[in-house]
Amino acid sequence: MAEIRYLKAINEALSDAMSADPTVILMGEDVGEAGGPFGASRGLRDKFGPARVLDTPISEAALAGAAVGAALSGLKPVLEIMFMDFTTLVMDAMVNQAAKARFMFGGQGSVPMVLRTPHGGGLGAGPQHSQCLEAWFAHVPGLKVVCPSDPASAYGLLRAAIEDPDPVVFIEHKALYAMKAEVPEALPVLPLGKAATLREGRDVTLVAYGAAVHTCLSAAKTLAEEGIEAEVIDLRSIQPWDEAAVLASLSKTHRLVVVHEAVEAFGVGAEIVARMADVGFDELDAPIVRVAAPFMPVPFSKGLEAAYIPSPERVIAAVRRTLA
Amino acid sequence: MSEHGASPLAGHNTSIGPEQLLALYRTLLLIRRSEERLGTMFADGEVPGFIHLSIGQEAVSAGVMAALTPEDTIASTHRGHGHALAKGLPLDGFFAELLARETGLCKGRGGSMHVADMSVGMLGANGIVGAGLSIAMGSALAHKTLGRDAIAVAFFGDGALAEGLLHECLNMAALWHLPMLFVCENNGWGEFLPTSKQLSFQLKDLAAAYGIPHTGVDGNDVAAVAQAAQALVGEVRAGRPQILECQTTRVRGHFEGDAQKYRDPGELAALTARDPLAIASARLEALGVGAATLEALNTETTAAIEAALERARQAPFPPFESARSDVYTPAEAS
Repeated sequence: MAEIRYLKAINEALSDAMSADPTVILMGEDVGEAGGPFGASRGLRDKFGPARVLDTPISEAALAGAAVGAALSGLKPVLEIMFMDFTTLVMDAMVNQAAKARFMFGGQGSVPMVLRTPHGGGLGAGPQHSQCLEAWFAHVPGLKVVCPSDPASAYGLLRAAIEDPDPVVFIEHKALYAMKAEVPEALPVLPLGKAATLREGRDVTLVAYGAAVHTCLSAAKTLAEEGIEAEVIDLRSIQPWDEAAVLASLSKTHRLVVVHEAVEAFGVGAEIVARMADVGFDELDAPIVRVAAPFMPVPFSKGLEAAYIPSPERVIAAVRRTLA
Repeated sequence: MSEHGASPLAGHNTSIGPEQLLALYRTLLLIRRSEERLGTMFADGEVPGFIHLSIGQEAVSAGVMAALTPEDTIASTHRGHGHALAKGLPLDGFFAELLARETGLCKGRGGSMHVADMSVGMLGANGIVGAGLSIAMGSALAHKTLGRDAIAVAFFGDGALAEGLLHECLNMAALWHLPMLFVCENNGWGEFLPTSKQLSFQLKDLAAAYGIPHTGVDGNDVAAVAQAAQALVGEVRAGRPQILECQTTRVRGHFEGDAQKYRDPGELAALTARDPLAIASARLEALGVGAATLEALNTETTAAIEAALERARQAPFPPFESARSDVYTPAEAS
């Protein structure tokens, strides 16, 4: 066993992927000499050279399009977009080009690219540096969307995302970068689309991804003190998401709370709830409840931001609703 | 002479010999006859969707592609039939795609605006103005990174000069010395409005700002385009990106069905004097190639098109399930 930070796990996944496959390149603003805006690519330029760790101008739209063209021409580009808020600038390349190339060209080629980007609040970064926009990408056929919650899954899912022949949006939570965890010496590659059950429980199922997983684990711990056993499912992948795992848990607990940091309206949770209300209808003993951000921009002021981000208390309150 | 009139280069001598010019003429004919046929079939309701014909612009496709190798890649536009045919897409797969058949190059999922053939380095027509610029830029980056001798070519119209992507791509191509050729097909129109009413600058001035050499050519003179492209691809292959601006003519509407009521009939009538086929055949005649040879080529080309169209017509439409299951790479292939 070894202790590793989330950010270091990303760094090692990038390094191992580049060692394993000479067609993997990194590109993005400050990924090279500076080692990445958050340090995810630290040391990689020295290790693999500037041709494979490409510092770029601030040209998100063309970089994403270039990643598509490079992927169609034999490379496996990993493009870092500094904040998920800036993915507004890459939408044509991701939605009209990357997502559709395989399909609209009749399966002639695929676009093995990864767009890495951090989302989420908690750093006082304000309305344009804190958003969770994963639902936009999850809504586009042809894209895959991944959002790991801890160092081991960050490593395993990033390796899988880079190996995947289709475009993957790989979302990291900024507030998790410093998180440490004990992991095996040799971290395994993890399959995309598979959830992990992080805590077993009989009374209620909590489904989350990314940093919200920890909000759920904290809530589950508190609930356990009063004898309520919550099962916590870390989705890991948002598109495709592990419907079977959620349904299996719901079939055990008969109660479901879905938690994420993105705004609640039209979010990832809405899709999960809608599916479970359909395929899991007979299993439900209570209304399904969502815990997510209110329909407003992410505020800057510390107190406002703390009130905005879903808390363990709100999850506990939601669980009580399902048990009422 | 209007600003879209014949360039001073028209009628100039080129080093293109009769054999090469005849090969170029063959490509011009293939594009012209194919698009004329698509135009009538569209009017008859046999070609679904939107099609944008490049009649009047064929010399750009024929001339540039003659300078490329099969390993070179191109990214095309919504007006991409000429690029596709000149790059060597098989006629059967091309027409079957435009007729939305299962045997199409894209299995009937892309149609005119997305026709592609990776096996010949044709990275796709594109429904988004300017999008091909960044795709070609990425392809050039791949060629360079993987140590290939290949280059990437982005075709774009003058309408795309107003897109921000052009600035980003010119900057990165120059900054990184990418093997990329920018080919602007300047037909004077961006959809329904003259580009003189859309642009405050000339491409050659923009090129100077990026330190990328700009070459202007009469885009309707296939010999001139071929010669210019041939001169530039060596530079591009050596990592010196280039811009080739071809002054050309959009004879048809923005899309088929566009009656072009916004165009001056006099301007449209004047385009016949700049017909790429007429310019090429005059050159061939001057080089001693007789009308009978050209007529035989025309007959042969028309027959090949009709045969491919007939096979496309006989082909089945695509089944929904195979399309539905092809959004992602199948697990066993990944």
